[in-house]
Amino acid sequence: MIRDARDISVIFPTGMLGGGFPAETIERGIELGADAIAVDGGSTDSGPYYLGTGTAKTTETAVERDLHVLLTAARAADIPLIVTSCGTAGTNSGVDWVAAIVDAIAREEHLRFTLSTIFSEQHADAITAALAAGAVKPLSPAGAIDAQVLRSCEHIVGLMGFEPIADALAGGADVILAGRATDTASVAALALSRGLPPGPTWHAAKTVECGGFCTTNPQSGGVLVDIDDAGFTVRPLDPNSACTPTTVAAHMLYENADPFRMREPSGTLDTSQAEYRAVDGKTVRVEGSRFEPATQHTIKLEGSAIAGYETIALVGIRDPNVLAEIDTWIEILDEILTDRVRALLGLDRTEYDTQFSAYGHNAVLGMLDPDTATPREVGVLFKARARDQATATAIAKIANPLLLHLPLRVESHLPSFAFATSPPEIERGAAYEFVLNHTIDVASPVELFRTETIKVNHA
Amino acid sequence: MREPRTLGDVADLVRSKNAGPFWMTLDIFFATDADYEGVAAPGVLERRNVADLYRVPPDDVHIFRLPNLRAIKISFPRPVTQGSFTDRDIHAGQQYIPLSQLPVQPHGQ
Repeated sequence: MIRDARDISVIFPTGMLGGGFPAETIERGIELGADAIAVDGGSTDSGPYYLGTGTAKTTETAVERDLHVLLTAARAADIPLIVTSCGTAGTNSGVDWVAAIVDAIAREEHLRFTLSTIFSEQHADAITAALAAGAVKPLSPAGAIDAQVLRSCEHIVGLMGFEPIADALAGGADVILAGRATDTASVAALALSRGLPPGPTWHAAKTVECGGFCTTNPQSGGVLVDIDDAGFTVRPLDPNSACTPTTVAAHMLYENADPFRMREPSGTLDTSQAEYRAVDGKTVRVEGSRFEPATQHTIKLEGSAIAGYETIALVGIRDPNVLAEIDTWIEILDEILTDRVRALLGLDRTEYDTQFSAYGHNAVLGMLDPDTATPREVGVLFKARARDQATATAIAKIANPLLLHLPLRVESHLPSFAFATSPPEIERGAAYEFVLNHTIDVASPVELFRTETIKVNHA
Repeated sequence: MREPRTLGDVADLVRSKNAGPFWMTLDIFFATDADYEGVAAPGVLERRNVADLYRVPPDDVHIFRLPNLRAIKISFPRPVTQGSFTDRDIHAGQQYIPLSQLPVQPHGQ
């Protein structure tokens, strides 16, 4: 196929910055003519803790290693590098954290480039005002929302679309470090900036957002995607992996509630008419994807709030008599604990939460578990949540002698069960919960986001 | 009489995962068109079966049939939001087991 000047070829090296990839795969992508490198640094998939604390799930060493390879390659080839959802949750602290790592690498490698950082954290007051104006809309299934819920959030981020990133590219940025963004925003910004059509662009961006997940060997490294006027072509960067029509089409199912439609701030991708064709044994061509522009531009919000403080303890049970009635043992324990907590701490059940997860029995599936066989060994993970850490630990300490010694029925001999640690109580600190599943209507796709551009010069 | 078979026996792969913090999605892949068609046929695997297994309202269950991929996708709102106090599976990665062990009578078999 003859390449048009507008066509773009993007390396997507891994599903998550810090996840690792062979350095050779980046060299190979550059040799194949890559015009840009894009990578995502985050997700909500690891839970509400990271947004709540504004810290990353990845370790700095791993992020530094990946960025070192990507930044030096991008600068040597003079092509843009875009990182979205910096620092897992895409908070301002996440962007600053990745920016500091980038600066250290630039210093070490004597690099000079234009850096844009894009911040996506939102003030509760501004969102509260938008809520009052009717601009904040619930997604299914959304909990109740009011000013108090918004104020309870430790951090609120908006998921930027491609527009703030495209603006930074237009402003001459060589390296873009973005806060929370949709997984597809970086690749879409690169392609839409060149005037490529949105159907192939968004579908290509969705296909590569997890790196090698659309290949036969998801752990082998990333992919190279070429987007043009009629469609896109994707191939793995590891010569021993392959993209097949099935692996590429199946990726639309991954972590998506709807396999054909995907909402973006500016509209909806529709892949129901897409056709997937093998170009050779490793490369797949996709055509027929469509994009329906939305009449109202919307930005999805994520918010994480402290829901209490937790203390946990793990006890192992091997006694077959107790295991034969493990659910009863837990019920008895829970009842006695409730009474003692009321007597000793003056707390009612509504003022704290406890949970007993019987690992080896039904901790993972609970009442849904179809298998009711008697387990051989069980680890009971006890969890207490209360308004403060001291109270949670006090509840766990009251549970301690019960977890250690509670017999199934009155016996002359008190059993002792197997605590995993001493002390068994482990303080988990604050526990966070996602409390927003809403969008906000905006007049401009960039109004919620703030961009700073600087010259980095360590040459 | 034939041994009762489970969906996991008939399918090539059954998997589950979060689709964001508020949704869970299950994918069933089949090795052959015949296996796919046997389960995708009306009446074999419907919303009420899924609702019973996961104790969710039938109206919340979405089922997508994808003949080109020989796959069936099922999505519904998570009964418990990801990472909240009673969540048993942060990534919902093990929640496919009840579906996988569901006895099925594929159409035409």
